Amino acid sequence: MKTIEARGMHYRELNNLIRKYYQNGIKKFLLKGVNGQRYIGSGIKGSPHLTIEGTPGNDLAAFSSGISIAIKGNAQDAVGNTMNDGKIVIHGHAGDAVGHSMRGGRIYIKSYAGYRVGIHMKEYQDQIPVIIIGGKAGDFLGEYMAGGVIILLGLDVEKDEELLGSYCGTGMHGGVMYIRGNIPSYKLAKEVKTASTTEEDLDFLKDCLSDYCSIMNLDLNKVMAKPFTKLYPYNKRPYGKLYAY
Amino acid sequence: MNLNYTTPEFIILRDLQKCNNCGLCVKNCSFEAHYYSKHQRVESNSAKCVNCHYCVATCPKKALAIKKHPLEFRHNSYWTESAIKDIYKQASTGGILLTGMGTDREYPIYWDKILLNASQVTNPSIDPLREPMELRTFLGTKPGKLELDKTNNLSELMPPQLELQIPVVFAGMSFGSISYNAFKALAIAAHKAGIYFNTGEGGLHKDFYEFASHAIVQVASGRFGVNQEYLENSAAVEIKIGQGAKPGIGGHLPGKKVGEEVSKTRMIPLGSDAISPAPHHDIYSIEDLRQLIFAIKEATEYKKPVLVKIAAVHNVAAIASGIVRAGADIIVIDGFRAGTGAAPTRIRDNVGIPIELAIASVDERLKEEGIRKHVSIIASGGIRNSSDVVKAIALGADAVAIATAALIAMGCHMCQKCYTGKCNWGITTQDPELTKRLDPDKASQRLLNLLRAWSLEIKEMLGGMGINAIESLKGNRLMLRGVGLNETELKILGISHAGQ
Ligand code: SF4
Repeated sequence: MKTIEARGMHYRELNNLIRKYYQNGIKKFLLKGVNGQRYIGSGIKGSPHLTIEGTPGNDLAAFSSGISIAIKGNAQDAVGNTMNDGKIVIHGHAGDAVGHSMRGGRIYIKSYAGYRVGIHMKEYQDQIPVIIIGGKAGDFLGEYMAGGVIILLGLDVEKDEELLGSYCGTGMHGGVMYIRGNIPSYKLAKEVKTASTTEEDLDFLKDCLSDYCSIMNLDLNKVMAKPFTKLYPYNKRPYGKLYAY
Repeated sequence: MNLNYTTPEFIILRDLQKCNNCGLCVKNCSFEAHYYSKHQRVESNSAKCVNCHYCVATCPKKALAIKKHPLEFRHNSYWTESAIKDIYKQASTGGILLTGMGTDREYPIYWDKILLNASQVTNPSIDPLREPMELRTFLGTKPGKLELDKTNNLSELMPPQLELQIPVVFAGMSFGSISYNAFKALAIAAHKAGIYFNTGEGGLHKDFYEFASHAIVQVASGRFGVNQEYLENSAAVEIKIGQGAKPGIGGHLPGKKVGEEVSKTRMIPLGSDAISPAPHHDIYSIEDLRQLIFAIKEATEYKKPVLVKIAAVHNVAAIASGIVRAGADIIVIDGFRAGTGAAPTRIRDNVGIPIELAIASVDERLKEEGIRKHVSIIASGGIRNSSDVVKAIALGADAVAIATAALIAMGCHMCQKCYTGKCNWGITTQDPELTKRLDPDKASQRLLNLLRAWSLEIKEMLGGMGINAIESLKGNRLMLRGVGLNETELKILGISHAGQ
């Protein structure tokens, strides 16, 4: 494990250091005093493991492929932007556009996340990205979603609080969302259908959530005890009938 | 009776004395304009003809010709034939009108109202056949000053540059909008000519990694096919904000064009729609653009120039200034005549501004602000020939990008039906039978011929002006004069009127 004191360091220098040590065979890093550096972990080939203390800046692990990051704190916008593979665990809350266009890997958020989480997520063959949010989520959850899985748990949501914002699933044309609890229909975009979960869904959820729960120190049975609502698109081609050919 | 309001645009003329009923036209026409009658006679249905000339070119007996249909609407200079037919089409389908290629409307063509200078007496012209003539162009941020270290070497590293042997690159055309063979032809030609091809937003098929050193890979709003490997297999990365043929809107590649190879390249499931949102959802401001530019630079270790492509729109000069300040190395400005595989007709024909005015105003603005050297400018959108190239550079561009001209070189006949996916010339189609018609080796040779011809002509024009390096032409508006342009146009172009 290599410890890097990152306070005040420019992101370029920080990434260069990680890259250099990783090429020399060091696989695990502890980044201390991180205070807003962007792009941490992007462009680093291979699968290093970073533990981050502090708050990483925007575009954490953008375009990454296989990195694994644990954040002891909160994250900012566009975590895992266009990420292809890897795992990001946030022991706090995250900003907007988490997992923008991600195609693979996992992002776990302990607490709440901002707007447009999972926007334009995709999937391809056996690459199926998963985002799990422990708290609540902002407007436009799963906007333009073309694949992948979003699971929203709402664990720390108070009784009179709303679990998620409006316009959930606007333009959704692939993938699936599981929301723990009920969602008033006015929150859903017109492209989205709801269903209750099947056996198969529950098995899948259990599978995803057991990893999440063990990392976040949660009781899987308690999490699974409340029913989930499944959201999926009406149509894989929401804009198919727009044109005069 | 279900009355069809639409009348044919073209009429197919078959010379029955020459036609030997071989049926090749029936087999060849993807639009099914030729067919066998009940009596096994080859006949034609003019209503289906798109006038792409494929049957005419391939008929062994040269028995076919196509003409504009003689049927005319009553003359009306306001309610024209196309205005009426568009309404018929929308009244029967309820859909947005689609089209292919660039606008065919009669807007002013500034290229044709600008004339070039030549040396006479006071400054000798140069004969490019005997004297060296430099067309090599470097695109990328240039340092403000050069600093030497004690050993007289450059102490600062030069920012990454793209080296072009001739100031022309191929504009973004995705595999998906164009065929595998068309894409391959562009890649081969770019590689051989020492220029660059551009993946558009369709990803880079692994088969083409061998041409990676000449690939500009695009990161567009849909992020299709974008991952670390893709960014690495490139010479430069282009963030596509907009394109001249459809500024401000996104695009939908219909699922039926997403076959196995396209699916692999875009990394999306077979047959699924590829939806590119109108904006990048991580870019809502110049600051956000800067964030993405540096995300890409960080992911490519600052080894590659980052291009930002925008459509030429009203405030293009101010926008370009913002893009330079956001850290782009190269700006691509795409004028309103730019082509495309598919665009809504109304957008194509009504949105954006001419590239000639855009180049001049951007170049002027960046010079005024003292930031012109921070960026190179590629101008595109309707470059038809070498004199357009020379004029674009004299107006202030560093290089141009061509797409329509490149497709025409490969055999495109400008029928504007690219959006149907049935291109008979094998260019804008994913149908394996049609794609086969384009031989990538022959097509790349035709592209190389075109580039060679243009570079010879550019050298002639430069020599005539007494200039021996394309660099000295850049922004050299003294070499240009306008004809028949008004004061405002001359002012924006920054040129004098002929005779002045
Ligand atoms: S590429 Fe093909 S379909 Fe498109 S205009 Fe040219 S010939 Fe027609």
